[in-house]
Amino acid sequence: MPDFVPTDFVQTPSQTVGPFYGFALPYENGSQLVPGHHPHAIRLHGTVTDGAGVAIPDALLEIWQADESGVLGHSRGSLDRDGFTFTGFGRTAVNLAGHYTFTTVKPGAVSGGAPYVLVTVFARGLIHHLFTRAYFPEDVEAHQTDTVLSAVPRERRATLVSVADGVAGGAASYRFDISLQGAAETVFLNFDA
Amino acid sequence: MTEQASQEEISAEIEAIEAEARLDIARGSAAELHPRRNYPPYRSSVLRHPTHELVRVDPEEVERVSPAFGHTDVNVLESDLTIQHSGEPLGERITVSGRVLDGEARPVRHQLVELWQANAGGRYVHKRDQHPAPLDPNFTGVGRLITGDDGEYSFTTIKPGPYPWRNHLNAWRPAHIHFSLFGTAFTQRLITQMYFPGDPLFALDPIYQSITDPAARARLIGSYDHSLSVPEFSLGYRWDIVLTGPKSTWMESEEAHA
Repeated sequence: MPDFVPTDFVQTPSQTVGPFYGFALPYENGSQLVPGHHPHAIRLHGTVTDGAGVAIPDALLEIWQADESGVLGHSRGSLDRDGFTFTGFGRTAVNLAGHYTFTTVKPGAVSGGAPYVLVTVFARGLIHHLFTRAYFPEDVEAHQTDTVLSAVPRERRATLVSVADGVAGGAASYRFDISLQGAAETVFLNFDA
Repeated sequence: MTEQASQEEISAEIEAIEAEARLDIARGSAAELHPRRNYPPYRSSVLRHPTHELVRVDPEEVERVSPAFGHTDVNVLESDLTIQHSGEPLGERITVSGRVLDGEARPVRHQLVELWQANAGGRYVHKRDQHPAPLDPNFTGVGRLITGDDGEYSFTTIKPGPYPWRNHLNAWRPAHIHFSLFGTAFTQRLITQMYFPGDPLFALDPIYQSITDPAARARLIGSYDHSLSVPEFSLGYRWDIVLTGPKSTWMESEEAHA
């Protein structure tokens, strides 16, 4: 077996993030796309569980989304937040109970679809990350015509829609739990070119 | 607690899966470019891979663009992992250089690359790493940079050591450096590991072997490049990274093996 194959412009394979990213990937305010006192701040939070229904204590989540008016940011500063610029990117590790929390704003609809936040899941044991989307429960009408939700079997669609669960510190709160396996296994997406 | 498998048992599982993958190719399947999410020799994958087929959809604008990073995010000094403390870290000083490209060989310019690794003794600066190898007060093992105009990158670091883990009895990871990459589209997002040529642990490692195609696995191995070695200072490795994103994911194979 050759030890090295010259670059042939073929995809570099994925490998797991492993258990020991905690000193490297999370960064200060990574989970706060806006400060908590932003007038339109929302909480997007949930728990990541495995096939035994057990919370995963070492998952890493990233979100990527448009701003409130549906515009995708091209601003730098996601890693070194200035507290004012909305970059649309966030990253956080779950806590020991498998729970994550982002502070952000609800994105506006982009190009006519229903508003959503793109969620990426990395974890030890997950050799290739997973993409999913967190939609918002109040956009019932837009969900009817959303191309991605329409591609999902009806009985699994609910796994892509967050649940309004009240108010947290003045911010509207949405719960988006992620099940890697099991009866409520989250729908994960494979983006074709 | 269940009894741990032996290396022989794990190796037999690895070989059986690879033999099956070879058969699939002989029957006309395309080689798998990515690891299998469900790869039982890597025990942690068993309860953490989705059992449903991924739902295939077209990326929309959100997925077709990527966050922007720049020197407001990353200090240029962060690409040298050997200057973060007052003294020199222990170990073999190396540079790892290459280019980040897309599937059409276009450079991925001005994009974030993050790297993390164990020290020369195979120990991570992480509170949950209990491997009884010494921590190095002069080495943290975290680097970041922004790629250049040609997608080029270069880190200065030390060669990480192999380390034991608890997947099975006497399990050892080959020496590797973790890389996190962003492309021009979020669908190209990639976290992976770079390995070093000739490592005797390759055949034994279920994480490396979870990529069942030998040619695909070999894409994770940096090459020693003497022209990148610096006299009296460091040994040079070259590793190019290709992010094709959606075009590479159509052949997801785990569904057939769930």
